Order: sequence, then C-alpha cells, then structure tokens
Amino acid sequence: MITNTIKSKLTNKKVFPRGVHPHDFKEQTRDRAIEAVPWPKEVVIPFQQHIGAPAQPTVKPRQEVKRGEVIGTAGGFVSAPVHASVDGKTGPLTTVLTPVGTRVSAVPVQTAEISQEQLEQDLKDFLQPQGPVKPADLIEPEAIVKAAAEAGLVGMGGATFPTHVKLKVSPERKIDTVVLNGSECEPYLTADDRLMREASGTVVRGLMLAMRAVGAPRGVIAIEDNKPEAIAAMRQAAAGYPSVEVAVCAAKYPMGGERQLIPAVLNRVIPTGGLPLDVGVVVVNVATSLALAHAVDRSRPAITRVLTLTGAVHRPGNYYVAIGTPLSHVIEHAGGLKDDAAEVILGGPMMGVTMPDLSTPVTKGTSGITVLTRDQVVRRQETACIRCGRCVDHCPLKLMPTKISQAVKHRDLELAKAYDLMACCECGCCSYVCPAGIPVVQYIKSGKAAEMRRRAREKAEAAKKA
Amino acid sequence: MSVDTAKEPQGDVVSSGPGGLEVQPAPHLTDPITTRRLMLDVIIALIPAFLASLVFFQWNSLRVLALCLIGCLATEYLFNRVRNKPNSLSDLSAVVTAIILAFSLPPTLPWFAVLMGAIVAIALGKMFFGGLGQNIFNPAMVGRAFLMVTFASLMTTWVAPAAEPGPPVPTDRVEAVTAATPLAQIKPGDPERPLPETWRLFVGRTAGSLGETSVIALLIGAAYLLIRRTIDWTIPFGMLGAALAFAAIAYLAAPGKFANPMFHLGAGSLVFGAFFIATDLVTSPLSKSGRVVFGAGCGVLTMVIRQFGTYPEGVMFSILMMNALAPLIGRWMRPTPLGGKARG
Repeated sequence: MITNTIKSKLTNKKVFPRGVHPHDFKEQTRDRAIEAVPWPKEVVIPFQQHIGAPAQPTVKPRQEVKRGEVIGTAGGFVSAPVHASVDGKTGPLTTVLTPVGTRVSAVPVQTAEISQEQLEQDLKDFLQPQGPVKPADLIEPEAIVKAAAEAGLVGMGGATFPTHVKLKVSPERKIDTVVLNGSECEPYLTADDRLMREASGTVVRGLMLAMRAVGAPRGVIAIEDNKPEAIAAMRQAAAGYPSVEVAVCAAKYPMGGERQLIPAVLNRVIPTGGLPLDVGVVVVNVATSLALAHAVDRSRPAITRVLTLTGAVHRPGNYYVAIGTPLSHVIEHAGGLKDDAAEVILGGPMMGVTMPDLSTPVTKGTSGITVLTRDQVVRRQETACIRCGRCVDHCPLKLMPTKISQAVKHRDLELAKAYDLMACCECGCCSYVCPAGIPVVQYIKSGKAAEMRRRAREKAEAAKKA
Repeated sequence: MSVDTAKEPQGDVVSSGPGGLEVQPAPHLTDPITTRRLMLDVIIALIPAFLASLVFFQWNSLRVLALCLIGCLATEYLFNRVRNKPNSLSDLSAVVTAIILAFSLPPTLPWFAVLMGAIVAIALGKMFFGGLGQNIFNPAMVGRAFLMVTFASLMTTWVAPAAEPGPPVPTDRVEAVTAATPLAQIKPGDPERPLPETWRLFVGRTAGSLGETSVIALLIGAAYLLIRRTIDWTIPFGMLGAALAFAAIAYLAAPGKFANPMFHLGAGSLVFGAFFIATDLVTSPLSKSGRVVFGAGCGVLTMVIRQFGTYPEGVMFSILMMNALAPLIGRWMRPTPLGGKARG
C-alpha cells in the first residue's frame, strides 16, 4: 500500500503491507542472557523433529550412547538424522506427542552426570567457539551441504525443514541472495535476539557458509527495529564482510514469514505456491545459521538449542537446552509455573501450539515456550461474521479469510479453493483482528487439511488404476 | 477443553500450577476490538450530532430517538425470543440502527410512524435475513424507505429549527413553523427563496432530519471513528469525492441551474450518509477497492437523484441501491493474492 511505501521511505525501515501490530511482550526476557539448563535425569529424543520422513532408529535399548552420536539415520532425502544430545544409556523405544497432535516414536536416554563447569563451558563454546576456521570461500559447497545433512540440521525457527535440502540448489537455479531471518516477529520470543547479541560472530559465519553453499554473492541480515542491540551487534560482526548488509525492518507481525520478509527486504514477491528459490533467494533463520557454523566447522550436530521460556513462569529467560529435555524440566529450572498459568504454548502466541502434556520434549524446532495466564486466554464466544473486512484488510497475503473460512464451514472445498485456500500461510492475523471472535485461521487450516487428504486420496486412486 | 495434567508423569511441576492447562487453537492473542466495541464506537461518534439535534429540535429529538430505541430493541428481543435464539441486544447493533433511523426522520413525525419504522427496520431489515451480519440492506434505511412509501407527506413535512430568526410565531396556535429543507428549495417549482448561507448548513440550523443537519457535529463524530479505525477512509472518500466531483461538474457546466458543491456537501444527509450509513460494515463490500467503488456509487447516485430526480434527497435510495450491488462488487473487486492466483 502507498502508506507503507511512504513510511518505509521516511524511516528507511523495511516493511510489508497489511499484517498486525500485537504488543510484543519481549521486555520480559530481552535482557536475560542465555543460561544453560542442567541435563534432566532422562531426555526423550523423538525420531521425527523435521518435515519429511522420520529417522530410522539405530540404537538398541540399554545401549550406552555418547553425546553427538547418531541414534537415528535419515529416512530419505527429505529427512534428517537424529543424535544423542547427552551422554547416557537408552531405554526402550516409546512415543511422544508432537505439537500437531500425532505420536511419533522416540528413545529415552538416562543421562549421565554433567558438572556445572562442563555445562557452562559447553554454552560458551556454543555461542563463541574458539579456534581457527577455514574461510568460507575455500570450502566446497557440497561439503557444506553434506555437513548440514550429517548434523541433522533443520529450520530452527519452527518450520523444521531439513537444511541440507534447502542448501542443495540445482545448478540451473541462480540464487543471488541469502536472507538471514532475525526478525523474530512472534511476540514474547527473544531467543534469536539473544543469539544475535551473544553469538553474532558465529551467526554471521553461518550466513557466509550458507551463501557459499548456494552460491549467493549477497547476504542480507533482516532484523526488526525492536532489537536495537542485535542490530548493532550484527552490524559490527558483519563489518568485515562487504557482501553482507543489515536491513532494519519495522516491527510488524508476521515479518518473519518468507512471503513478507522477502518483499520487505528485497522487494520481490514469491509466486503463490512457489518458494523463495523462485525469486533467487534462500532464507535461513538465526539459530539455524549458528547451527550450520557448528556443523561445518566442528562437525557438531543439532543436539542443543536456545529457547525463550516466558510469560507466567517465575524466572522467565533464554535457556540453552539439550534436545529431548522435557518441557517440565525447563519450566522447573525456571522456578515453575505461576499460579495463574493457564496455557503452555510451544513457540510464540501467534502461531504456537498449546501443549496439555508437559512431558513433551524440546525438539530442534522449539523456539520458545510461552506461558499465558488465565486472564489472557479467556476464549471469545464465536458470533456472526459482520463482514467488517478486517481480516481482508490485514491479511498479509491479500486473501479474503472470512470467505475461505465460511466456505470451509459449509464444507464447500471448491469455493474455498476459488478463494485461494491453499495460498494461506496460517499466520493468524485474521483470527487476531476478528471482532466477532471467529477462529478464522482454524477453519482455514482444517480446510487445507481436508484438501490435502482429498489430494492424497486422488493420488492413491490413480495409483490403484495404474 | 481443559486437560487434567496432574496425572501426567511430570505432574509435580503442573500440580504446583492451577491443575489444568488449556488447549486451544492459535493465535492465542487477540485484538481487544469486539463487535460490541465497534458498535459502541459508532454510538459514541453519534453523540455530537445528537446534542446538536437537541439544540435545534429540542424535545422532538428526544422523543423520536426514544421511540426508535423502544421499537428496535423490542423487535429484536421478541424475534430472538420467538425463534429460541440467544438474546443479541448486548452486541448494540440494534441501538446503532435505532439511532441512525431516528437521525434520518423528520423531527415532527408522529409516534406511530416512528414506531412502525423502527419495527420494520429490525424485522424486515435484519431479523428476516437471520440477524446481524446476514442482512443485505442497511436496516435503518429499510425502515426509512418503508416510512417514505407509507407516510409520504408526514415524511416530507419539516419544521424550522428552534431559535430560527424570523417573525415571532404565536406559540398557542402552532407547535412549530413548517419550513422547506435546503434541498427542497433548489427543486424546481419551489417558491423562490434565498438559499441559506453555507455556514448555516454546516452548523446545522436548517430544516431537515433529526441528526443530519449539523455537518460540524457529524464531522467531529466521524473524526473519532476514523481515529479509532472503526471505519476507514474508503467509503466516505468514495462517496463524498464522487458526489462533490459530480456537483462540481454540473455547477461549472450550468451554474444557474445547479447549486454549488459546497451547498450539496452541507445540505441534506450527504455527510451523515457518507460517514455513518454507507459505512455500515455488514452491507458494504469486504475489500478496500470494493469499498471505494461502493462509496463512489453512493455518491454519484445521490447526486443523480438530487439533481435530476423527483426527490430532493437521494442518500437513502443511493445507499439501498448500492447495498444491493455490494455482493456483486465484492465478486468483481476481489483482491488478487500476493504472488498471483494459484496455478491449477
């Protein structure tokens, strides 16, 4: 929209049209330095922490495993291996509840002791690893992709798409820019903010490796303007690299979505149904970039991550956690839930999923745990759509959410598709602004799921005929 | 759905909490604006115009408004009662309909007519369609159109506002002085009388419907709605812009025949309609571009009726006509998804 363009020109901040401005609640944790959480007595490591085929377990029960050891191999090209995140002894295979409500197989590992000094040294090495590294230009792109695949890297912003698949770009595709996504537009979350402040050098290193892997001559670090310290730190860290620039974005939800970030930063629009690749861009999240640097430089797999635990807990903060640590252990470490806690969300409050079961483990994609209070989760009564058009005015993809959701409600999938059901990115702006309390995005999600089932059915029938 | 997590293996953490964790779909934060709040905003925005009407039409203003409220609220209550539906009065939409209807009626309209208009507005205009959000036409305008057809002469009998300078009227003989509305004055066949000065139109000291006359009071309310983002610029801009452009062209082409644009802006219910009636969320298109076209259509039709039709005022009919077109506009003016339509 015109006003957006003017605003962007005046403030020199990157912005996309529409979207919403929820209060960001980041003040609770933004100044909490990353803190290591001791290993729990037992971690439970799921074999599927990514989009694609689950990993194949390679461990037997009662087997001693070392931290970093492969315990599950990739189950296909679009898949990722899984590694032991602690030293210890495995138990019998079990299942855990995933955020999408399915159960996946997992292996419990009884953890060995780890001293506080070891823990702190590990965190230090994670944020600011010492020792010489090869310049990115001298590393073969294939070696970077291979390292990412072996380390089991997935998109750690929450999408969990295997990183090696993203970085393995076919030669006829020309990628000119890698965007490092440090926008962190979800309210409450500050883990990426802290990583950019405390591990800026390593994050930039990861970006250089990603650029090398996809052959992009340019890197853009996109950060929302509500993180001035991160902007300063990343500017400083990127100062020595002329191919890398920092782009300051307006704080607006969902800035971190690829379909908003790329238009805002590069003024390119991803075609509906397409990928950033289609406009010559690869987007990498801050935490993923850091993990990539570790994977390539130190062959360190994705066995730990930093997450924000915030909201109605006694000691909100940013925590360094071993993959497989139960949510309850992290929460306990942070002093436990407050009395008025009512909802525990994996991720942020806009797109996160509520978990009833706190034995659920932290996975590679867990960017945060947000605990909301009873007052915050008062559910609104769904009343009639008053056709106010707020969802249409705020939809960052220019869809007509109310039309789609009504079509889904009346089980008219064809009509929903005519209103571009499948283009929805599920950011939830429509539900956020709806004055009638209609869970618009929920209807759309169920419509998308129904369409996916229909397509699968069609495919199965076609296969049967053939 | 509340889940008892105390049974879970890691229950010690949870049991120190409230004992149950909520599960519900994202997003978990919502904008504080509700339907009720939107309606309340419209009501607040109409207060200045109501105060102006109290000054100009005194107790008549209170009488008409009270009758409209009684008629609208009672009708909605009874409909819900009979159909076994939850009571919907608390969404305040019936209150908004009542105020808009009252503001569009002549101050001296007899009580039975006001009441009938209010009942028809809610019954025929809204509840027959299934209640809030389902109606095609603006309920208040349905009520007014009904009165216009049923009580044509009562609906076109106007009184001069109070404290109108002029020869003293013996109060024991007549209640008020009948007077022509400014728009009626420019219609052919009306006795030659000097048009009121433009400033008077904006203050509102003219004959006319209850709440439409004071442009200044209406604009104060409109500013509130725009600042609160209860309405956006699209429909008022489209409607006023198109109406003024139309009036300006006509005026420049034949200044002797047509009144100037500022007169049209100040007279009648153009401003009231542009900010408070045409902007009805339910009966206007969903998309921004659609709303601009919808507003422009209202503006043009208003001027066509004013300048070429037999009625002096065209706001009501133009909005009702565009209400009928709104679904079609919605279909034509669909926003293209970012990134284009999906292939296949």
